[in-house]
Amino acid sequence: MSRAVPPLLRLSGLSKSYPGVRANDDISFDIAPGEVHALLGENGAGKSTLVKMIYGLVAPDAGRMELSGAPFAPPEPRAARAAGVGMVFQHFSLFEALNVAENVALGMDDAPPMRQLARAIREVSETYGLPLDPNRTVGDLSAGERQRVEIIRCLLAGPRLLIMDEPTSVLTPQEVNILFKTLRQLSAEGTAILYISHKLEEIRSLCDTATILRGGKVVGTTDPRARTARELAEMMVGAELRSPARPATAPGPALLEARALSLAPGTAFGPALKGVGFTLHEGEVLGIGGVAGNGQEELLATLSGERPSGPGTLWLGGQDISGLGPNERRALGILGAPEERLGHAAAPDLSLTENALLTGTVRRPLVRRGFIDRRAARAFAEEVIRDFDVRTPGPEVAARALSGGNLQKFVIGREVLQAPRVLVVNQPTWGVDAAAAAAIRQALLDLTGQGAGVIVISQDLEELMEIADRFCALNDGRLSAPRPMAGLTLDEIGLMLGGAHGMHPPDAGPDTGRDTGPDAGPHGLGAASRGAR
Amino acid sequence: MTLGGIDLIALTATLMVSSTPVLLAALGELVVEKSGVLNLGVEGMMIMGAIGGFAAAVMTGSPAVGFAAGALAGMGMALLFGVITQILLANQVATGLALTLFGLGLSALFGKGFEGIRPPQTARIDFGGLADLPVLGPILFSHDWVVYFSLFAVGAVGLFLSRSRAGLILRAVGENHDAAHALGYRVVAVRLAALAFGGAMAGLGGAYLSLVRVPQWTEGMTAGAGWIALAIVVFAGWRAGGVLLGAYLFGGVTALQLRLQAAEYAIPVQLLSMAPYLITIIVLVAISALHARGRQAAPAALGRSFHASR
Repeated sequence: MSRAVPPLLRLSGLSKSYPGVRANDDISFDIAPGEVHALLGENGAGKSTLVKMIYGLVAPDAGRMELSGAPFAPPEPRAARAAGVGMVFQHFSLFEALNVAENVALGMDDAPPMRQLARAIREVSETYGLPLDPNRTVGDLSAGERQRVEIIRCLLAGPRLLIMDEPTSVLTPQEVNILFKTLRQLSAEGTAILYISHKLEEIRSLCDTATILRGGKVVGTTDPRARTARELAEMMVGAELRSPARPATAPGPALLEARALSLAPGTAFGPALKGVGFTLHEGEVLGIGGVAGNGQEELLATLSGERPSGPGTLWLGGQDISGLGPNERRALGILGAPEERLGHAAAPDLSLTENALLTGTVRRPLVRRGFIDRRAARAFAEEVIRDFDVRTPGPEVAARALSGGNLQKFVIGREVLQAPRVLVVNQPTWGVDAAAAAAIRQALLDLTGQGAGVIVISQDLEELMEIADRFCALNDGRLSAPRPMAGLTLDEIGLMLGGAHGMHPPDAGPDTGRDTGPDAGPHGLGAASRGAR
Repeated sequence: MTLGGIDLIALTATLMVSSTPVLLAALGELVVEKSGVLNLGVEGMMIMGAIGGFAAAVMTGSPAVGFAAGALAGMGMALLFGVITQILLANQVATGLALTLFGLGLSALFGKGFEGIRPPQTARIDFGGLADLPVLGPILFSHDWVVYFSLFAVGAVGLFLSRSRAGLILRAVGENHDAAHALGYRVVAVRLAALAFGGAMAGLGGAYLSLVRVPQWTEGMTAGAGWIALAIVVFAGWRAGGVLLGAYLFGGVTALQLRLQAAEYAIPVQLLSMAPYLITIIVLVAISALHARGRQAAPAALGRSFHASR
């Protein structure tokens, strides 16, 4: 570090072991006041353990921390907060049934009376440009608004160091911009920020310094602005990174078609699907972007057959499949992998073998005369584990015991290896590290090379820009007309997400805009001119 | 003021007395469930309170000592449940059912020598001339301290849960124990405290049953009051005011059906006897169906075990 300022936080030789794992091994680095410091690393590199030690949730086995030159060893989060360390969690630690002010009060050690607190929340939210009503119930808020609750909770304590764990994974580009503005303002006021993210471009635009962890050790400290995202990723992985190679195939004939598909909301807060229409062609990736809670789960549920739609709304190669259930659709080759890994895509307490069997048995002979063929099921699970590099002691381990990224690889691999004709995935790389995400994306692209159609529903726009051939925005249950991904900018996509159905120029009717087919083309003039606005 | 041979003023006064045991137990369970614990052992805690309170009052001659002993007996049962479910992490439903069976059996054993005895009488509070007021006097100013305490407790529990910081922490623990833990709150300690309070309230309710309401000891005398208390908490949508309504409805129909029996109406006794349970449940279900449309009021972590490492 070339700065003359004494460090705000100095870590020296921090180590922490769990049974069988050395999570952190001799970690040392400094954070200066007002510095935005990125912490980079794959899943399991030890980032979470490290910040938990700084926040007082975990005690280090060895090593020491200094805050402004004084020894710092918080026995519990309360002590860390009192010393000026705030943390915004990756999985929001919020209480849905309570309102914003109550949630904020719970994160403070001496909360003022509610009315005073509500005023303080309004003031901070205006100062930092984070609009938030203190009286709203958190269960009704969007992901971005929920994150504001956490940030404001930290800011009210006047922190000197703010730890942010994967803060942008659920935000729209516009929300990310608001967040970054706030963070830069904080940094200018002297608050240091320790920023954990997988999104390397964000780190390059926001952070002053990056410390890279691999296998629990510091492998480098660098200025992220002086590096390319690719170099950073390779430092994380410790090997050369291959970007997904796209098989050179032209989109084939239409495969799956949705016609004016509507669906009532599944939950009290969920949106209804309203007249969704698209055509998926053989050999293409159709990317569907949108902010969480705009109908993604509903769309996956209705495509996979969990919640069948009205007759005549969903067609596979000329056959009306609207009324078929999930297993009948599986038999026809339509497979899906929902967003929630534990509890939806996989049964948490069942073993990987059993989880492989649950969806694999329709297309693979894993059951004989009503009895489970344990050997075949185990072989299938082992095949998924091997081909998708799932890090686990064996197929008899419960799904719950796998890390999020590893389970995601298993869930996607299980469907990919069943040779689908249509694969629908929701958030395929959520919380997955760069190398694993690249492997999953490559597997999806390889499927299209074999003539399958893939629908990727994702909130990660960089991911969609990387692998999708065409892009639609899902907004309040409505799907925009598909546009070719090539040539779309992040700003244009952001606008589509903000109000997809308002994007048509007045002269283009709703039908001409939708599904013009491969001949009028993803690259046809009609589609391109729609982007001119 | 009589209607069909039934004195409405006396009925209202009796209603308050007969509602008090269920009201106390339900308030305690409300706090327990708000902290995210489902204790199905209310019946067992009540009946232990009934025999504990009865025995202590008979032996010392003091109803006050009896009520204290009843509350302690209920609290002891609750803490037994707490150790098993919160520290040893046993299933809450199974443990709660076992607690009820255990309480019923143990109270029958302890109660063997106490059958057929009358307990010392619990004095009514003397409001002087107020008790002679027409209508209001007999209804509001003619009761013992436990009835007033139970009404005070409704307000106190309601304010505690909605307004106080401790109540906010308790609700937070019941809503999302992992988040509460991450913020540095001691989930198990909060739940044990809530359980102790719930047990004491159930025990007090049981003691009121054997010392005032009946007043004598008979085996199994709670007769499902603990289960009614549990049902009231659910259908009252986890609100203190709703609990008061449910308990008084149950007590009111109980008092009414006894009077109908005494007045020898041509209604089968079996129908009358089941009426309090049936009507309370039907009314509360109807209210909660109207009220909870689209918003489920149950604490999100209700009945789920908490372990810090998960």
